[in-house]
Amino acid sequence: MNKLLNVSSSPHARSNVLTQNLMFDVAIAMIPASVYGVYQFGLKALCILLVTIAGSVLSEYVYESLMGRPVTVMDGSALVTGMILGLNMPPEIPLWIPFLGSIFAIIVVKQLYGGLGQNFMNPALAARCFLLISFANQMSGSAFKLDGVSTATPLSVMKNGGTVDVAAMFVGKIPGTIGEVSVVALLIGAAYLLYKKVISIRIPAAYLISFAVFVFIFGQHTPAFVLAHLCGGGLIFGAFFMATDYVTSPITPKGQIVFGILLGVLTGLFRLFGGAPEGVSYAIIISNLMVPLIEKATLPVAFGKEGKKA
Amino acid sequence: MGLATFKGGVHPYEGKELSENQPIEVLMPKGELVYPVSQHIGAPAKPLVKKGDQVLVGQKIAEAGGFVSAHVICSVSGTVKAVEPRRMANGAMVNSIVVENDGEYKTVEGMGADRDPSSLSKEEILAIVKEAGIVGLGGAGFPTQVKLAPKDPSKIDYVIVNGAECEPYLTSDYRLMLEEPEKIIGGLKVMLQLFDNAKGVIGIENNKPEAINKLTELVKDEPKIEVCPLKTKYPQGGERTLIYAVTGRKVNSSMLPADAGCIVDNVDTVVSIYMAVCKSTPLLRKIITVTGDAIANPKNFNVRLGTCYQELIDAAGGFKTEPEKVISGGPMMGQALFDVTIPVSKTSSALTCLSKDQVAEMEPTACIRCGRCVEACPENLVPQKMMKAAKSHDIELFQKLNGMECVECGSCAWGCPARLQLTQAFREMRVAVRASAKKA
Repeated sequence: MNKLLNVSSSPHARSNVLTQNLMFDVAIAMIPASVYGVYQFGLKALCILLVTIAGSVLSEYVYESLMGRPVTVMDGSALVTGMILGLNMPPEIPLWIPFLGSIFAIIVVKQLYGGLGQNFMNPALAARCFLLISFANQMSGSAFKLDGVSTATPLSVMKNGGTVDVAAMFVGKIPGTIGEVSVVALLIGAAYLLYKKVISIRIPAAYLISFAVFVFIFGQHTPAFVLAHLCGGGLIFGAFFMATDYVTSPITPKGQIVFGILLGVLTGLFRLFGGAPEGVSYAIIISNLMVPLIEKATLPVAFGKEGKKA
Repeated sequence: MGLATFKGGVHPYEGKELSENQPIEVLMPKGELVYPVSQHIGAPAKPLVKKGDQVLVGQKIAEAGGFVSAHVICSVSGTVKAVEPRRMANGAMVNSIVVENDGEYKTVEGMGADRDPSSLSKEEILAIVKEAGIVGLGGAGFPTQVKLAPKDPSKIDYVIVNGAECEPYLTSDYRLMLEEPEKIIGGLKVMLQLFDNAKGVIGIENNKPEAINKLTELVKDEPKIEVCPLKTKYPQGGERTLIYAVTGRKVNSSMLPADAGCIVDNVDTVVSIYMAVCKSTPLLRKIITVTGDAIANPKNFNVRLGTCYQELIDAAGGFKTEPEKVISGGPMMGQALFDVTIPVSKTSSALTCLSKDQVAEMEPTACIRCGRCVEACPENLVPQKMMKAAKSHDIELFQKLNGMECVECGSCAWGCPARLQLTQAFREMRVAVRASAKKA
């Protein structure tokens, strides 16, 4: 043989799962919710989604180019951030606000901390919270419209003691952000992610169960109340698409359960006892900050090392 | 009831269909034979012959160099051409005895004679195994006579025969189980003679139903032997994962299987014990699977130790496409070769020739903390954190994360979507940890 063969350390085989595939799977899973959002809120919603996606991808491209770093826009992570941010926008928002949000998400929250894998908060959610604080009028309250009329979201109605139509919430015929309204569309996407093994059920299950228990104990003790809370606001969207963000959730299996429970308790706390009707976004980014601690406390015991000090 | 298995693991492409239906072919060596003095774990053997000496089949040509060591036995008759360093599959240059084959296969006296194992004492059996140069043929190469002589033999209650063959592409153990099952049972019975309180269990992955059926049929009248079907999952055939699947006991890096009452040997090792004890034949041959998508006719060969890999490739019809990678062993734990003029040694199991090198195809990207490595690790470690320690060469942190429990099975790196070289980094760290322990 005249040519030397390739040599490397084992293993020499690799699975066909790549970061890119995972990111595109997440994007695909958000399509049902996106389609429903555009169907319900019109072309304006589509424009918002396009603006946040373009804004995120562009920010990543420009920043990495300027910094002389390898450009990683093809890994799909900026696309996912853009989609999540867009789906978290009220449908009537002036386009420059989501654009600003996507720049904040990518540059301040993600790239300044070292890029993909290094950010400690979910970029889209951190950007949403930044916008919520900066542009309260455009981001919440009367910003939510249904069929062109300002309408209170089901959670605000419940906060003020009113009753809501759970069936409408399940389908999505309610005011809210573009992507959070239709529970059924979100669950289709979630099923896809679970089926493709992109996410595990641990975080969403722990989140939803602990939240349900919390509102049952501390809110009204009726199944209708708990169900309305489960379907309301960004809970389903948050539980399956945002809390499961790999980078900002614990890597240890036990830690994921703890993380889910923390999310459930915080969300319940914010919704029932906080000033605002919704609390999913804040619950997630606060829990993001707890991840290093949770991981430290839930490191798995090595095989055969049970009952022994390491 | 679920099948016996373990937590973690992965499902790589198996590739066994290429060669699983090919009966074992005896391949006689054409060129010179090379016998490295270090084909096992432990001290290198000391050569007993010099250039120009005449040697016979079955002759001891190098003698164990310590307690944990093994003899090297000549597999052909002929003349010693040289005693010089030659390259082995792991890349190391090892002092080797090179023999010119005279093609006559003259054997030492008494070789091949039938022997009744029941007439032998335990000490005699161990001595025969030692003289036969037998080591763990599954790949580790631990001297078998040492393994068969634990501190307290009465505490051994399981003798496990490893027929899992979880490594992708490999079918040599499978063919052996189909073609020489009586020898496996015979060898296991000899082993059970050493351990009064033990029962024998043959563990086989359930992707080999024919082997399971055949051996189950053969042991149905053996009160002390049973076949344990295992779930097909890599690395089911790892020593610790196999012990756990069969007995529910856990062995860590600071323990020997014997500490958990277990002796584990690969099917080929067990056949070699049978041949040595019952047929007075030392370890002369290996069953080697020559396979991969670059090989014209994938096959299983029965070859003499010391045969050059090139001869095996030629006998399998050569390459049908230019290989990018040729691996001694399988794709998960095998060693990549830059050249195929390497001798078949006691720990060789296969030659996997791949037209595409999946490792060179992709550059590593950033870790996204997806947790696939954590799910895959059979040792319940957190490879993602170990990788961080490895990157900053933090030996202390690496040990704290139980990095020394890593068995280098490759499951984490196999499934990493960022294509990080996790196993390679851990291998380097483990070497560094051992080196620092020696210094202290």
